[in-house]
Amino acid sequence: MTTTHQDPSTSASVSGQARPETISVKNLRFYYGDTLALKTISLPLYTNEVTAFIGPSGCGKSTLLRVLNRMYDLYPGQRAEGEVIFEGRNILNKNEDLNLLRSRIGMVFQKPTPFPMTIYDNIAFGIRLYENLSKAELDERIESALMKAALWNEVKDKLNANGLSLSGGQQQRLCIARSVAIGPEVILFDEPCSALDPISTAKIEELIDELKSDYTIAIVTHNMQQAARVSEYTAFMYLGELVEFGQTAQMFTSPQDQRTQDYITGRFG
Amino acid sequence: MSEHIVKSYDEDLMELSRKIAEMGGLTETMLAIAIKALVRGDTDLAQRVIETDVRLDVLEKDIEEKAILTIAKRQPLAVDLRMIVSSIRLAADLERIGDLSKNIAKRVVAINGQFAPQKIVSGVVHMSDLALDRMKRIIDAYIQRDVQAALDVWNHDEEIDHLYNSLFRELLTYMMEDPRNIGFCAHLLFCAKNIERIGDHATNIAETIHYLVTGKSILADRPRTEGAYKPLDPEDHI
Repeated sequence: MTTTHQDPSTSASVSGQARPETISVKNLRFYYGDTLALKTISLPLYTNEVTAFIGPSGCGKSTLLRVLNRMYDLYPGQRAEGEVIFEGRNILNKNEDLNLLRSRIGMVFQKPTPFPMTIYDNIAFGIRLYENLSKAELDERIESALMKAALWNEVKDKLNANGLSLSGGQQQRLCIARSVAIGPEVILFDEPCSALDPISTAKIEELIDELKSDYTIAIVTHNMQQAARVSEYTAFMYLGELVEFGQTAQMFTSPQDQRTQDYITGRFG
Repeated sequence: MSEHIVKSYDEDLMELSRKIAEMGGLTETMLAIAIKALVRGDTDLAQRVIETDVRLDVLEKDIEEKAILTIAKRQPLAVDLRMIVSSIRLAADLERIGDLSKNIAKRVVAINGQFAPQKIVSGVVHMSDLALDRMKRIIDAYIQRDVQAALDVWNHDEEIDHLYNSLFRELLTYMMEDPRNIGFCAHLLFCAKNIERIGDHATNIAETIHYLVTGKSILADRPRTEGAYKPLDPEDHI
């Protein structure tokens, strides 16, 4: 099975120069027990760009996202083969420091997952795991994280309120602030808006757009228009295979593979 | 092309295609009848062309509204998006073609009663035969989604242009031979110009079909007889 990669001459790469890749996935195979869920996947996550993973349920896009920060290690019987190169090393290695890795590659989930503690502590919690900051430094870091997550103005007067008292959209931005606070390189979004109303969704999309100047972003989404709006690159996956990878603008106007076309136009199955 | 999971989406797209095809058929008929009216000096026939243009305008508006509504409702992507955007462009080109045929019909009404030597008219008829052939082929190319047929039309726009240029010289000669020909020949010259413009719109349609089917614009430079592209110099207009 081969993946359709768009003609490089039409890609946005600066002429003659390869785009810097923050993460390079090479020949990745993933197993749930005996079941092969990802069939030899190779793709880049370009630095400071948003890459969207799309495909029908069960195609492996969330699995791929979970490999990128070794979330699968939390479950027995799941294993990955191949390479995921990040900061010069294969993070699939057994001796990888997973706590450190997950602070470098943060994740935001489908349903907002604030801790049952104050807004302040929700963010401080992660920072305290990795760093020993003075109260003033910690305050500053929390403010900066909340600013970056576009939540500061809404919560600055109630930092001691419980994180769970916020609206769904605010909770999701709190989770983004929590990821941002510990200074990651990459942020993975797993359907971050599927539980949110359109206004909250728009705020998250706006946020993703702002965050990409500081971070490399991958997003799994079922909303085709969302993928078209927020990402520069799109990967279409189907039955554990990467069918097509390329620039989003081309993927959504003239995809190269018939299966991509059928899926994004609603003709599948 | 397989069908959408949502059947009414297919119906939306089919309605657009059907109306484009109807516009295509109408414009062909309008040009053919306008020329027939010109040859026969038949103002009643010319009047029918002018009346048919109303239906064409209605169709264009329908297509535009349907396209906008479909974009709002379905958020189309890929080939569907190209299909919908293309139908707006095609409707605009076809509507213009209709207007140009209507202009010819209006000339027939204006010419009414004037002396019309057939040998002068025959040049215009020849041009319109060529234009009609191109229109027929381009509308078929649209219905069949046939890029090659569209490219053929696109590559042969030159013929009509050449014909127009030689007809222009011919008409000048008649006018110089006998000043009584001037009024009639001037009308014919405008008719010829209208047909030449119809050819240009057929070329636009070919480009739209190419984009619709392949997702790419026609990159190759179209053949041009006159000089290569020169950038505009603002000094020229002072």
